Amino acid sequence: MTVFIILALVAIITALGMLISRNAVYSALFLVLNFATVAVFYLLLGAPFIAITQVTVYAGAIMVLFLFVIMLLGTDELEDTDNLTWQRPLAIGLAVVLVVEGIYLMLSQNTLGFITTPSEDLGSPQAIGDMLFSKYLLPFEATSILLLVAMVGAIVLTVKNKKGEQS
Amino acid sequence: MDSALIWEMVIKSLVLILALLTGFAYLTYYERRGLARIQSRVGPNRAGPAGLLQPIADAVKLIFKEEFTPGQAYKVIFILAPIITVIPAILITATVPWGGTVTIGGREVMLGIADINIGVLYIMSVASIAVYGVVLAGWASNNKYAMMGGLRSTAQMISYELALGLSFVGVILLANSMRMTEIVEAQRGLWFAFLQPVGAVVFFFATLAELNRGPFDMPEAEQELSAGYNVEYSGMKFALFFMAEYTKMVSISAIIATLFWGGYRGPFIDTMPGLGPLYMFIKIFFILFMMIWVRASWPRIRYDRLMDLGWKILLPLSLSLVFINATGILLNQMWLIPLLSIGAGFLAIQAINLSLRRKENAR
Repeated sequence: MTVFIILALVAIITALGMLISRNAVYSALFLVLNFATVAVFYLLLGAPFIAITQVTVYAGAIMVLFLFVIMLLGTDELEDTDNLTWQRPLAIGLAVVLVVEGIYLMLSQNTLGFITTPSEDLGSPQAIGDMLFSKYLLPFEATSILLLVAMVGAIVLTVKNKKGEQS
Repeated sequence: MDSALIWEMVIKSLVLILALLTGFAYLTYYERRGLARIQSRVGPNRAGPAGLLQPIADAVKLIFKEEFTPGQAYKVIFILAPIITVIPAILITATVPWGGTVTIGGREVMLGIADINIGVLYIMSVASIAVYGVVLAGWASNNKYAMMGGLRSTAQMISYELALGLSFVGVILLANSMRMTEIVEAQRGLWFAFLQPVGAVVFFFATLAELNRGPFDMPEAEQELSAGYNVEYSGMKFALFFMAEYTKMVSISAIIATLFWGGYRGPFIDTMPGLGPLYMFIKIFFILFMMIWVRASWPRIRYDRLMDLGWKILLPLSLSLVFINATGILLNQMWLIPLLSIGAGFLAIQAINLSLRRKENAR
């Protein structure tokens, strides 16, 4: 319980820090911390496999690429230009509505409580592998094709750029 | 969890960390002496008998050196970066088993910190976190050379992580488990380095690239980048980067020994489980010598060739090794695995040869 509250605080603070900080690199680092706290949440829920995958994939691979792109483009600092005029009040209003809605639901449904820890092999690598390659085989294959198409698309874009430079 | 277990964990972790740090200190000595011997020099031999106190002298010197922080650097990250580099290097050994279960004072003690069912994945994730230290050091220095060094090494580490991960998959397939102790037990009959020789070689190369060791020590290419990501660092902060590199060398050698060279297993291990750490030490010693030998013998390879090797040779090769392993296991014909994998390795060498020849003709 105390662990959960501390983690939740860290998660919220890092998420806010990511939104507020003016420096893109600091934002990315806050996001990494946030991913790490989410991984610890998974550990608390008895799913070490998903926790480790979260760290490897999001913190270890995707965010490194983010940092890479930020540094290569050199857009570290955000300028203080304010070209969002009417969006800001609207966003605040909608956020308030969402929070009120959430609180109302939590109080009215009366299902607030801690989830019991699921059985040991729910998050085990074997169980996940079995599920992925039997019950969810089609979504799994579809995702892999989608990723492949995205990758080919990215490569095609870079090739065209190079030809444009030469001519 | 009772208090005795917590004390056991704390003591084991402290012993492991101390062993790693001593290992780091004496690895610098080992490397300098080894390099010197290969280059027919003498090497450090002044401090203490045969220079054995050299690491302590180095440490004292580095602690008392002036630390300088560039005015334009991003201070917080600049200070954090060396720390972020060192911590994964120490954490990564947590799942490596150093021996079987021994009885100390009527208490069953497992020689290893954590024997979790996703030990291999844990190593993968900690290794992927280690990239941050280098990239942040390069960026926080606010120096173009440091930045280029950092970016280069990130690209290199991400690229070689693929081959590394796929080699892990091969071992997981052979052992039918991600638990490190079970991987060691699965090598009871035959070490995986003999069952899957090409996998062991690919893994060794990929770890060299992950460690930024020669011939893949791009981030420290002095001729092109003055020093790479650590150009602005001095004193103890600079030493921390080296501490990370050498600690990681020891940890990764332990991992290589566990995954491919039978881990803590050796003669008489079943009757005397206390021999485990000794066998690990011997294996780590030999693997470290391989790393030093490679550094002394091969020149640094060019950056585009490095990327070619990672993406066009090692990645397809390790992918085909996974396929070969799976085929051998599925058909229950284990002898197929070494045969087919050596064939795949031969094809990979042919591919390197061909690409080199094409480049020569193009000139």
